[in-house]
Amino acid sequence: MALLHSENRPNYPDYATAPTQHHFSPYADNGGSVVAIAGDDFVVIGADTRLSAGFSIYTRDQNKLFRLSDTTVLGCSGCWCDTLTLTRILSARMQMYQQEHNKTMATPACAQMLSTMLYYKRFFPYYISNILVGLDNEGKGCIYSYDPIGHCEKTTYRAGGSAGALLQPLLDNQIGLKNMQNVKDSKLTLERAAAIIKDVFISAAERDIFTGDNILINIITKDGIKEDSFQLRKD
Amino acid sequence: MFDAAGNPPPFWHNGPTPGGLYNFPGPKTAPSDFRQHSQAPVTTATSIVAMQYNKGVIIAGDLLGSYGSLARYRNCPRIMKVNDNIILGAGGDYADFQYVKDIIEQKIIDEDCLDDGFKLKPKSLYCWLTRIMYNRRSKFDPFWNNFVVGGLQDGEPFLGTVDKLGTAYTDKIVCSGYGAYIAVPLLREALEKNPTPSKAEARALVEKCMEVLYYRDARSYPKYQIATIDEADGAVVEDLVSVNQNWSLAHMIY
Amino acid sequence: MFRNQYDSDVTVWSPQGRLHQVEYAMEAVNLGSATVGLKSKTHAVLIALKRASSELSAYQKKIINIDDHIGITISGLTADARILSRYMRTECLNYKYSHDTHLPLNRLISQLGNKMQLCTQRYDRRPYGVGLLVAGYDDQGAHIYQTCPSANYYDCKAMSIGARSQSARTYLEKHLEELSSCSLEELIKHGLRALRDTLPPEVDLTIKNVSIGYVGKGQSFKILVDDETGPYLAMIQGEERRGGGAQEPPAGPLRDEAGDQDQGPRDPVPAVAMDTE
Repeated sequence: MALLHSENRPNYPDYATAPTQHHFSPYADNGGSVVAIAGDDFVVIGADTRLSAGFSIYTRDQNKLFRLSDTTVLGCSGCWCDTLTLTRILSARMQMYQQEHNKTMATPACAQMLSTMLYYKRFFPYYISNILVGLDNEGKGCIYSYDPIGHCEKTTYRAGGSAGALLQPLLDNQIGLKNMQNVKDSKLTLERAAAIIKDVFISAAERDIFTGDNILINIITKDGIKEDSFQLRKD
Repeated sequence: MFDAAGNPPPFWHNGPTPGGLYNFPGPKTAPSDFRQHSQAPVTTATSIVAMQYNKGVIIAGDLLGSYGSLARYRNCPRIMKVNDNIILGAGGDYADFQYVKDIIEQKIIDEDCLDDGFKLKPKSLYCWLTRIMYNRRSKFDPFWNNFVVGGLQDGEPFLGTVDKLGTAYTDKIVCSGYGAYIAVPLLREALEKNPTPSKAEARALVEKCMEVLYYRDARSYPKYQIATIDEADGAVVEDLVSVNQNWSLAHMIY
Repeated sequence: MFRNQYDSDVTVWSPQGRLHQVEYAMEAVNLGSATVGLKSKTHAVLIALKRASSELSAYQKKIINIDDHIGITISGLTADARILSRYMRTECLNYKYSHDTHLPLNRLISQLGNKMQLCTQRYDRRPYGVGLLVAGYDDQGAHIYQTCPSANYYDCKAMSIGARSQSARTYLEKHLEELSSCSLEELIKHGLRALRDTLPPEVDLTIKNVSIGYVGKGQSFKILVDDETGPYLAMIQGEERRGGGAQEPPAGPLRDEAGDQDQGPRDPVPAVAMDTE
């Protein structure tokens, strides 16, 4: 192994011409994007339904939104096997909390728990880009976004996953009204948030091969969670 | 073209992949004294082809156990009937499959001994497989397999797959190994035209896929097994199905 | 207090082939307040009589949720019940985690039985001093199980345990035929009537002292909160109470234990070591 890389020569892995050694990697990048937008009394979260690995599409119909409670939804993209494990543990933890405290865990509590659970695996992380949405204790929409090792940030709009870097600037502009002059800040409506999510995913599907097929949208209001779906391009 | 793990080559070379991060130069430190686990399969089996039909599930896989490029063992059955609800197919390392198979069989025996009327359901086995596969990958000692679980979940067809990382999904079409590249497009196209094929139609489709795979996959074999499961006929594993070989075109290929 | 030469240890047999310590533990169940479990083809219901240990304390919880499809009600040492319910919850969670489906009730009960049995066969243990009624719904329908400190468990059509529960059992035996085809509402009413029969004439069921839990087809286990029990109590309000509940019938040949008869050893009342509910 050491012979392959001479110590005094700089190592440019991307430009290597030698055959790559086969090595077991416990991670896979299964793609997928999640976008969430929060308003005063609602929050909308959407995720595409494509599950892929490299140029293969495993399935075109994979739900990546996990309902943790009647007011909390988690959107996951990244390493699918980690997602499956994390969400199974999460739902068990939700049930334990419910039984111990005789109430359902509130969204901010979920957010904190998720952060702790991710950080607990700091040195063998869950390779997932998580976005947790829900209504906070005042009924306001809230979004928590995470890095794989548990850094947690509360925001009002967020894009994550394979097209996250493509979409976040778009949201900054459309929702955050950033980098613009003379804009009028009008209150964000549920209709506009839902429409933006659809537009944004259409753009993502054009540019990102790991995003496409369908989007599933969850709209959380005080009346519960409403589901919606929307077709994306399938190539 | 594809590397040993079945990954396609990068779209372009000499730079980071689109959306990927640049791999910064610098000395790489890696521990050299960690325990080495089995990191490559030895005797391997190739594709599994599986699909749902209107009232059940069909799974096919050939009988070859390859030793690298050597076609070493020619009678390696790798589709099993788990119980009356479940059939299971596996690709990848044959020894790992036999090990997991023994555990599953013991699980079924234990359950039969309880004699409480409960029988393992495909969703449960599928979930259980994701857990053992994920646990082993987390120990850096994976079972080098792709499992395909087919069955009847409360009367409804169920088809799901689990790979060596614990990545799992359910779909109407599931193929592993070379089948993922060759059989899936054929089956997806067929299913688009006819979303609810009958058992006979599904079988014809799967046999066609096995034929194409035999012609194109160098690690395949003309003798294969087909298992079907549905309400009418129960779980049936047919042990010796053969590809209808036609080499009359061969002299035209140089 | 009644003492016996052969009751020094759970592992000591009496010449009559009895384990006195285990039988004493069975008595702990009778110290708890009464609780009733009954089922129809589609539902299983638990009704419990709650007690407040003093004027200053709240009514103690009698019905415990185990999983979406299982709930229990307890009679005996609450502390022991807490350990058992935690065990049952863990077993259900683990099974759900690895198999993506609910743990079949009979498997949970037999695992629980095995755990409880250990305590009746080792000198460094004591039997669990609590009886459980387990209500659940799985692929094989609704179930009521009874477990005892002796680690016996029984699959029941209907059962009652706890103080003065013989009256409830008498009621249930009398109406056994009707139960299987009852609606949920009817079932709860039967349960309430059975429980009411265990009360002395001057006491009645109130929203304060009754707890109701049920589970069934398409219905995950639900414990009714105080206000929700009101309508059901109103339904049986004013019905004539059979036998007034004061007189205990003579010892019936019921298999599970000695019932409420004042036979066998009993600790003097002030000497109760632990609270029972």
